[in-house]
Amino acid sequence: MSQVIARADADSMPSVTTERGERAVFCGLTSIIWLHRRIQDAFFLVVGSRTCAHLLQSAAGVMIFAEPRFATAILGERDLAGMADCHEELDRVVSELLERRPDIRRLFLVGSCPSEVIKLDLANAATRLQGVHENRLRISAFSGSGIETTFTQGEDQCLASMVPDLPAAPEESQRLMVVGTIADIIEDQFRRHFAQVGITDVDFFPAARADNLPSVGPGTRVILAQPYVSDTVSALVKRGAKLISAPYPLGIEGTLAWFQAAAAEWGHSPESVQEALAIPIARAQKSLVKARESLQGRTLHFLPDSQLELPLARFLRDECGMSLIEVATPFLDQTLMAEELKRLGSEVSIVEGSDLDSALARVRASRPDLTVCGMGIANPLEAEGLRTKWSIELIFTPIQGFDQVADLAGLFARPLTRERQLEVGSWS
Amino acid sequence: MELTLWTYEGPPHVGAIRVAASMREVHLVLHAPQGDTYADLLFTMIEREGRRPPVTWTTFQARDLGSSTAEMVIETLKGACERYQPQVLLVAESCTGELIQDQPGALAKGAGLSAPVIPIEMAAYTRKENWGASETFYQLVRGLLAGQVPKPGEERAPRSPDQAPSVNLLGPTKLGFRCRDDVVEVRRLLESMGVRVNVVAPLDATPRDLLRIPEADANINLAPEVSDLTCEWLRRHFKQPTISTVPLGWGATRDFIAEVIETLGLDIDADAVGESRLPWYSRSVDSTYLTGKRVFIFADGTHALAAARMARDEMGFEVVGLGTYSRERARDVRALASEYGLEALITDDYLAVERAVTELQPELVLGTQMERHIAKRLGIPCAVISTPAHVQDYPARYSPQMGFEGTNVIFDTWVHPLIMGLEEHLLTMFRDDFEFNDDAVPSHLGGEGGGAQQTDNVTPMTPAEPGAVAWAVSAEKELRKIPFFVRGKARRNTEHFAQEQGLSVIDVETLYEAKAHFSR
Repeated sequence: MSQVIARADADSMPSVTTERGERAVFCGLTSIIWLHRRIQDAFFLVVGSRTCAHLLQSAAGVMIFAEPRFATAILGERDLAGMADCHEELDRVVSELLERRPDIRRLFLVGSCPSEVIKLDLANAATRLQGVHENRLRISAFSGSGIETTFTQGEDQCLASMVPDLPAAPEESQRLMVVGTIADIIEDQFRRHFAQVGITDVDFFPAARADNLPSVGPGTRVILAQPYVSDTVSALVKRGAKLISAPYPLGIEGTLAWFQAAAAEWGHSPESVQEALAIPIARAQKSLVKARESLQGRTLHFLPDSQLELPLARFLRDECGMSLIEVATPFLDQTLMAEELKRLGSEVSIVEGSDLDSALARVRASRPDLTVCGMGIANPLEAEGLRTKWSIELIFTPIQGFDQVADLAGLFARPLTRERQLEVGSWS
Repeated sequence: MELTLWTYEGPPHVGAIRVAASMREVHLVLHAPQGDTYADLLFTMIEREGRRPPVTWTTFQARDLGSSTAEMVIETLKGACERYQPQVLLVAESCTGELIQDQPGALAKGAGLSAPVIPIEMAAYTRKENWGASETFYQLVRGLLAGQVPKPGEERAPRSPDQAPSVNLLGPTKLGFRCRDDVVEVRRLLESMGVRVNVVAPLDATPRDLLRIPEADANINLAPEVSDLTCEWLRRHFKQPTISTVPLGWGATRDFIAEVIETLGLDIDADAVGESRLPWYSRSVDSTYLTGKRVFIFADGTHALAAARMARDEMGFEVVGLGTYSRERARDVRALASEYGLEALITDDYLAVERAVTELQPELVLGTQMERHIAKRLGIPCAVISTPAHVQDYPARYSPQMGFEGTNVIFDTWVHPLIMGLEEHLLTMFRDDFEFNDDAVPSHLGGEGGGAQQTDNVTPMTPAEPGAVAWAVSAEKELRKIPFFVRGKARRNTEHFAQEQGLSVIDVETLYEAKAHFSR
């Protein structure tokens, strides 16, 4: 089920194989777990089935520390049989919800596999409900369904659904927009670094408050903090924004190149950026030493999961000395990954898509020192004597930027350190 | 359409996976979209399973709809048969699979597969996880045993005298509550009575094992949520009686022993079968402080019923709330609740459960993972007694709930979150000393389980209503002198009392008036 795509510039770029088959990945609804923590006045209402509700609480680790800002409107037999009007039912559920949570400033209606299959038009519903609750909050819709989105793509759909709401920016003003959810602490660090390199007009999208929307226009320069926001980028470009091509801010080299790419748009030279950021760079280099000792020379296999695989592979090879056996990713956006592909080079083999059983067979055959995979697969591989890093942690942990470099490397080093430390049982 | 924040049970196909994952030599093909595979992690993360559940998913996407999903089903079925060579292939759909109506069961029957196929209809939009497990187990047993059903009027051959009496243990599954250890404990109990365990299923059984079910003299319905339907079918068609007492608790274990003796016609002394430390521990003086502790119970039907009986009759607690999310067991739970002078809470809305706990201010909550969080937030001690449970409730140690050892485990588990009797006594005596100040928590719990600090930090879920009564400084001070583990209740009772009396300010006198009022 796989084919090698012929490429014009095959000499310097990785070879890409596509695979089709069973996929062991989360659907886009999972994005709600980190989106609702980032956008603190938003509520996510999934219109779906009990499976959707069960997925959300399983992925969230049943973390009921407070009433969550997400919920599922579970479709019942009456809705499907047409005995109840789905739109009337939805109106009722939304009213019930808003009564409970008067603090909500933005409501997302989130489409799921069942709502897509029965062709429930949530965009239409959002428009109608917006009319009803006009002065209270913003209501929009996006799809997080498994038939349309894989894991992190849910965030892309969410952000893309907000782009039409962004106010228009004045023609002449040049501003930087950082796209993709990052932790608040990273946003603060990045703001400081941008100021140090001479960029002060910076917006983050999404912001911590849903009604704090950045403006967009021909003066907008977009740089990506996360690699999985293809549709959002297209929507922003349609509104006049210009995408800055850069690697992702993972690792020292990635982060430096990222700031340099942004600074170039403001006429600052790469050298001036390096100079301005010399202190955090030196600090990061010092912090990385210990983890690198554990990772140096160890082999690594990425199973397809978060779409962060390419930049992570680049970091772990170039800055931690790991050797890449296979880098699989659920989707490969050649434009958004251009800088990463260039850096990875021709000796890396990339697999796009998934055929679970054959991917696992390759892992078993090559027995890498570390396999990066989804949570459902980690323990079974460990039981076969293979060390793993489950990838959802890479989404929940602040890993971008200079001051998180050691934390990022540490996530991969810990399983290997543990293997050396434990004098109980056997991993081989 | 039903607004749901958290759910006690997963969808029915998760029940089907539980049955498949419990067994060996069975494989399940699920017609489901990408993303539904999250269910794997329930087993590999929560129960630390070292193998993936034996499930192959079609993981269809939007581009497959309308054209090739049926082909994907056939391809997946063939691939799974070839790769795993199961003794039986189960075929089912998740909620979305059901909507696209490919009828994978029919496709499988016509696909010329090497393994026998048992299709299961999941009814994803009306049913839930335990129903799905029950239905899957029933279809599997029925599908395999249909050919062996005796003709009407045919009697069971009597057991030959040289053969030990035997039973099947039906119902235990993966992701059930302590099933792994309960099977060991119940087997030990039965063997000590001279009873042989013929087949345990679904846990660790193969389809070939299921074919031997009719050989036993009776079936033990160990997890009624999963095995009720199957036991009833076996009773009707194979004339195998069902032993329906679930041995959860000291009294229930003794009833269970009596029912086994009666059903199998054994000639043994029921009192000599085994013993538990619970009766003595409960009678020892340290346990006096357990008397009348107000407990709230919410669990699956089986564990809720068992916990209520244990709480009242074996621990000396007062049951102030009883409920279940298992609608199938609603009648039983309602009946027991009314016997206890309560109205049962039958719901799968965890907010309704939270409201009930907040209102009742129990001193101990016995519940699921959900109630653990509710209790934590309210600063009330809690023990988990039922699924849904989290990773810490699949412990490394042997910790059954059933049989006599199970009663020992439960005694410890329920008492642990509370303050020990001697400690409670000392705290009351020395409450004004600085070492025993208000922030003192049970000495063995290092901050968990309900200290004053947590209680006081709780933000109320609903803002104070207008017209709420105010506390005079002197009364507030007096309230602080009451031990923290009853202070929440005292505060609530006093406020209720003041409201009833139409008072706007609570002073010291009100506090003691209320105390007198509620201790009638």
